[in-house]
Amino acid sequence: MEFRFPEDERFPAWKIAFLQYVIAATFLALLIGYWRLQIGQHRQYLDQAERNRIRNLPVIAPRGRILDREGRVLADNFPAFSVLLMRESPAALTPARVEGMARGLQLDPADLQRLVERTTKLPRFQPVVLKQSATMADIAFVESHRVEYPELDLLQVQQRSYPKCAIVAAVLGYIGEVSEEMIAKPGSPYRPGDVVGRSGIERTYNSVLAGRDGMQRVIVNSRGQEMGSMTAINALPGNDLRLTLDLDLQMAAEAALGEQPGAVVALDPTTGEVLAMVSHPSFDPNDFARRIDQETWQNLNSDPQKPLMNKAIQAHLAPGSVFKIVTGTAALETGTIKPNYTVNCPGVITIYGHTYHDWVYSKGKGHGSVDFHRAIVVSCDVYFYTLGKLLGIEKIAYFAKRLGLGSRTGIDLPSEDPGLIPSPEWVRRAFKRQWWAGETISVAIGQGAVAVTPLQLAYAIGGIACGGVFRRPHLAFRDQLLALGVNPQEETTREFPLRDDTVDALSRGMWGVVNEGGTGAGAHDPSLDIAGKTGTAQVVSAELQDSARKAEYKDNAWFVGYAPSTKPEIVVSALVMQGNHSTVAVPIARDVIKAYFGKKASRKPPPDQLQTQVRVMSQVLGALPGEPGRAPQQR
Amino acid sequence: MRKVVRFRDCDWVLLGLALAIAAIGIVEIYSTTAQTALAGQVRRQVYWVLLGLLLSMAVSRIDYHLVLEQIPWLYGVTILGLGALLVLGQPIAGTKRWVAIGGLTFQASEMAKLVIILMVAAYFAERQGKFVTWKDFVKLGILVGLPVVLVALEPDLGTALTFFPIVAAGFFLAGLRARHLAVLALLGALMLPVGWHFLKPYQRERLISYVHPSKDTQGSSYQATQAKIAIGSGGFWGKGIRSGTQSRLGFVPVSHADFIFAAFAEEQGFVGTLLVLLLYLALLLRLLDGAQTAGDRAGAFLLAGFAAVLFFQVAVNIGMMVGFFPVTGIPLPLMSQGGSSALFTFLGLGLAMSVNMRRFVN
Repeated sequence: MEFRFPEDERFPAWKIAFLQYVIAATFLALLIGYWRLQIGQHRQYLDQAERNRIRNLPVIAPRGRILDREGRVLADNFPAFSVLLMRESPAALTPARVEGMARGLQLDPADLQRLVERTTKLPRFQPVVLKQSATMADIAFVESHRVEYPELDLLQVQQRSYPKCAIVAAVLGYIGEVSEEMIAKPGSPYRPGDVVGRSGIERTYNSVLAGRDGMQRVIVNSRGQEMGSMTAINALPGNDLRLTLDLDLQMAAEAALGEQPGAVVALDPTTGEVLAMVSHPSFDPNDFARRIDQETWQNLNSDPQKPLMNKAIQAHLAPGSVFKIVTGTAALETGTIKPNYTVNCPGVITIYGHTYHDWVYSKGKGHGSVDFHRAIVVSCDVYFYTLGKLLGIEKIAYFAKRLGLGSRTGIDLPSEDPGLIPSPEWVRRAFKRQWWAGETISVAIGQGAVAVTPLQLAYAIGGIACGGVFRRPHLAFRDQLLALGVNPQEETTREFPLRDDTVDALSRGMWGVVNEGGTGAGAHDPSLDIAGKTGTAQVVSAELQDSARKAEYKDNAWFVGYAPSTKPEIVVSALVMQGNHSTVAVPIARDVIKAYFGKKASRKPPPDQLQTQVRVMSQVLGALPGEPGRAPQQR
Repeated sequence: MRKVVRFRDCDWVLLGLALAIAAIGIVEIYSTTAQTALAGQVRRQVYWVLLGLLLSMAVSRIDYHLVLEQIPWLYGVTILGLGALLVLGQPIAGTKRWVAIGGLTFQASEMAKLVIILMVAAYFAERQGKFVTWKDFVKLGILVGLPVVLVALEPDLGTALTFFPIVAAGFFLAGLRARHLAVLALLGALMLPVGWHFLKPYQRERLISYVHPSKDTQGSSYQATQAKIAIGSGGFWGKGIRSGTQSRLGFVPVSHADFIFAAFAEEQGFVGTLLVLLLYLALLLRLLDGAQTAGDRAGAFLLAGFAAVLFFQVAVNIGMMVGFFPVTGIPLPLMSQGGSSALFTFLGLGLAMSVNMRRFVN
């Protein structure tokens, strides 16, 4: 095939030139396009490029451990994974994609959507925790959906664990996600998803226990895989906190209370150290360490026995006959009576035209002729009705308050109940009425509107037994708090000096309650020098109680015991709710006191060098006869 | 008419410009793939460029008229080949673009492009008259439409589109009347909805995201957005070789191939962009200068067709990074990694040099 190429037909020169101008113009346009991006919007695109590749990952600081007084671990951490939501491109978080994430992580889509909306105001580089303690399935979901959901990432965290589960729960409290109100407070350091102590020690000492989270900057590729890391801000772990609790006593109290609802508090009245604090029924704080599920939370809240309530400091109940110690103190201190003041108790007495029964009246008898000592030992109501009439409400209320009732003890736990000591002033304020004279008679035996907590009773009785020196109950050691830079409460000791003969009469009376066949005879143990006072507090009137016979109308049982009776080292307050009679509370306090002295006797010398060991052993052996084995003083 | 040419008549400027761009491309391929799974690509590209260089020198020795004479059967083989590829080809990544020859794979459409250039040049060189007629439109419409449809069916719409500038340049130079333009514009407008109907869903998405870039930043405009971020973050001086985070961390897709210019602009900045654009501009202007001075119309059409394809690919590829055009899979000639594209470009350059060396009419 042959082509013919006409030589003469050239293009007009303008055609090629036109094409060249078109090309040049296009290139100029391209250049302008690149100028705009590379010079005009350089900053903005550089930011975007940096956000693309740099991911700010929080490094969660482990929370400090909580230890008992001997260093045994009550709250610990173990490594776990949290699912994080990266929020570098919030526009990509469409409802459909959020729902996909929720399904994959087995979260409620509506909950997750709310969380996402809540976090829109946060800076974009701040990731939020979507799910704590990710399961293996969650981890697999995140890893296998890196492309679909590049926003999801895993973060190694330290998850809280409570090896003793429910036993110390009331004291330790629980942790949880910071509430919206806490975040909203001005100057709040919290971010959504942060974990803080929500109750108990975890809350009071959150600032001590919580560390400071760090930040790690990692380089990621387009699939979210980490390619390297840059500067890091190290996490500051929280401080360990040693409590005054003695796990052995705590276990003893737990065992002694058993399945009964109620509370036990053991204090060292000479220091205010809380040695044991149990509240029943309790809860497992481990449930809260993971994000608690709705059902468990609802069950805990709707349970009529209020497992989340620390009854040791929050039960607001009539003390019953334990209050007779307060009435007695008032009568002796004011000189209203002498200990030899005697009342004949026929089982019933009429004051101000109203008939008051003694608790033995239902058995068809009275206590006969009783003096002050005997009145305490047998818990004679008629005797204290009489004292109530002699004293009047003002004096009783004054002493009750000075002895530590009707106001918070100031223990280092949140939400302590102040209790209530009724007075004419109080009824005027609360009910706009006059005080009825008959109310004084009920108050004298710890009924009526009188309300206390188990802790208050231990505090009051311990303080009286120490001659009127009241040590503020506390769970954290003051020295440790000072060392950690936390300002502990200033007032640790309050004095309300009582006369020696008053203290003597009261403590001898309480010794008799246990050791002279009194109402607390169940606590008698020849090896222990226990004194104490029982109480059986009515929840409703006797008439209603008889007619209804409901469990919640049953009387609350109290016993506050301490030992040794002359120089108390431990005071134990035991409450059994709906226990019906104080006798059920008595052995509980006894068991705790027994455990305390049993431990003291068997305390082993530190495993040191042989020489010192021998020396210490000989000292212990030499000291043994004078120690807890000594015979109770006869009175 | 056959002329004896000497080696020193070779168009060293054209070759020098092409090699400079290819060298920049090789450095950028190295920069963006070093220490990644694609690290071997730079060595292959060096081989392709060297092979292309040798082939272009060899082709430049051949009188382009000899090649033009082979067009009827070359065209026939090309159409048969493209048809056979559609029927017999093994799909790779969902498309039948590739022909495997002895362990190497080629894009058949790149070779078809060369044949179309030659075919259009031969067609217009042969016809007489100052203006084209409707008959020319019908004839060339069928001759070019056939390979366009076959390539578009692979599917490779981007490459199919590159056939049009060849024909357009041919018509423009051969002589268009105003009424031709008017009717073509009308026809084109009428064909738009029909064309839309034939587009694959992903192709439609690209068009939509071109019109509304902000609609969804994760989907199809993701590539365009990431390319923009890469380019913009490069700034004036660039981030430096092997320091482009967008390209090296995989945010810019195929940063060694179709998106190589985004990677280059990120690492070399506006300065680099300017340099490469100037090199391309010089190359294209020189090709068109050759068309003006070519010894005959066949040579002129050949150069103009080749320049038109190169211009189209360079403008669309570099323009789509900054959002001037929708994202299409068109490689950047001489820079993008890929043997087919390199071979096409160097063979084309060989033909161009062949024309240039024979421009002196004795």
